[in-house]
Amino acid sequence: MTRTIETITFEDAVRFISLEADCLDHRDYATWLGLWAKDGIYAIPIDPDAEDFADRLNYAYDDAAMRRMRVSRLTSGESMSARDASNTLRSLSRFRMLDDEPASDVRIRCAQHLVDYRRGAYRTYAANVTYRLRVEDGGIRLAEKVVRLINSTDALAGMSFLL
Amino acid sequence: MTSRDFDALVLPDRVHSSLYRDPAIFEEEMDRIFNRSWVWVAHESDIPKAGDFLTTHVGRQPVIVNRDRKGDIRVMVNRCRHRGATVCEARRGNAAGFVCPYHAWTYSQDGSLRGVPLPKGYKDFDKAEYGLVQLRVETYAGLVFATFNHDIEPLDTFLGRAKPWIDLFMKQGGGFPVKTMGEHRFTFPGNWKIQLENTTDAYHFPIVHKSFLTSLDNATEDLFSFMDAGGYVEDLGNGHSVMVMIPELVDLDDNLDADIPDRFADIAEELRRDYPEEQVRKIVRAIGGSGFNLNLFPNLACSMAFFRVLRPLAVDETEIRHIAIGMDGGPDIANRARLRLHEHFQGPMGFGTPDDAEAWERVQRGSAGSADPAWIMVNRGEDKTAANAGDVTAETGMRAAYQMWKRMMSA
Ligand code: FES
Ligand SMILES: [Fe+2]
Repeated sequence: MTRTIETITFEDAVRFISLEADCLDHRDYATWLGLWAKDGIYAIPIDPDAEDFADRLNYAYDDAAMRRMRVSRLTSGESMSARDASNTLRSLSRFRMLDDEPASDVRIRCAQHLVDYRRGAYRTYAANVTYRLRVEDGGIRLAEKVVRLINSTDALAGMSFLL
Repeated sequence: MTSRDFDALVLPDRVHSSLYRDPAIFEEEMDRIFNRSWVWVAHESDIPKAGDFLTTHVGRQPVIVNRDRKGDIRVMVNRCRHRGATVCEARRGNAAGFVCPYHAWTYSQDGSLRGVPLPKGYKDFDKAEYGLVQLRVETYAGLVFATFNHDIEPLDTFLGRAKPWIDLFMKQGGGFPVKTMGEHRFTFPGNWKIQLENTTDAYHFPIVHKSFLTSLDNATEDLFSFMDAGGYVEDLGNGHSVMVMIPELVDLDDNLDADIPDRFADIAEELRRDYPEEQVRKIVRAIGGSGFNLNLFPNLACSMAFFRVLRPLAVDETEIRHIAIGMDGGPDIANRARLRLHEHFQGPMGFGTPDDAEAWERVQRGSAGSADPAWIMVNRGEDKTAANAGDVTAETGMRAAYQMWKRMMSA
């Protein structure tokens, strides 16, 4: 995001969310935190049909303060599960703009296929992910990220990474 | 296996690690404990209206919990009496009855067989003999329990001294009835009793949950640093126990004139618009839940601010549900705060649960080290007696559960 932009194109959006994915797989959490708008919301709902999250139970429903705490938990060394964290590798594909572009506030949806490796075992997490991206101060910021796991209502195992 | 063997595996202060590992013992547990004891299946708020149902398990057996036309709660084996298909796969819903998908035998809400297609193919067929198999059902304070054992003592007697603690726990409705508000469901690769122990294990809290404690504001961190707060563990009989961690939060109706903690100040301010001061205090005090964990043998815990339900899947695989609870008809802002607190600690991405699960998995892995003596020690701390309040880190609750385990396995 070196150039100043006023609107977000499809290519801008894909480039931005690929960067976000790369930060998470490489545990570059400091950069990841910087991608967010101040009022950004990171949500991982349980209910597959949920559109608003405040009045129901989610896996995560994070504002900026909660995201910061989540990152410190994963990096502080105080959490025994995070000390032995998974290696993750995620692929994003099947991109679709949900709003007309270019615009200064757009939503893009994609498929995320995440492979998690820990203690000799692979697990996969398949999800539809929707991002709302917004232009702020000439750059793109993440205003909302909603991760809808296709098995969200099943029993999951503990996760030592971010989806 | 004979009862003699179980005596050798469960001593007053230790249990043998084969209790975590031996598939034959697991099979016997399913028969002797889960098929014979009272097992928690639902909270009444899960099925408020006639026709509401949910599907779950008692031990390994699939069951339907539903409310019939008359308003009675029924628990029925989810297995068609023809050739055995499940009659319902939905997790919850509302249904006028259940139609088996295979040959369309039709059951009414109370489980009776109402009709079969092409009945002339049967001779001397009495539909009354082919209803869904019914479990015995009793409730206490909204908690619904079921059992395959029609000769078992009444639920009331089984819960016994745990009942006053259930009453105290339900005070976190803040003057409203308690309702369930969704759940986190997760599995860990380990034996179910590792989790049963953990609900009555305060000893691990400051170690395993260090990252959770760090994430709290100072006052809340103090509240959760309960190693020296005067807590204790008490054996309540029949395998049940209570671990009091925060004594001032045992009775949520007490101390209503104490200062409202800073973290709830905004909520209190908003509540004052709709509720008188006394009710505001009661609601606010209820938001954070109770200061104790009540462990009910074998599968339920009323744990601070949620229900913990365990389901053994295999000797080394267990499913846990952390069910969020809130105030039925209470203010949205209070229920929202409760949901956020639940998300903060519980679930596969919570700040607490993944570390618990990691510790339990490590216990299961370590138990493969079977060189004698392969004992699991539960000898910590003195039991609470009239004269001695014991200590919050005592392993009294585990001893209570294992003595009940031995009693049921030897019966
Ligand atoms: S198995 Fe249910 S109708 Fe045949
Ligand atoms: Fe714990």
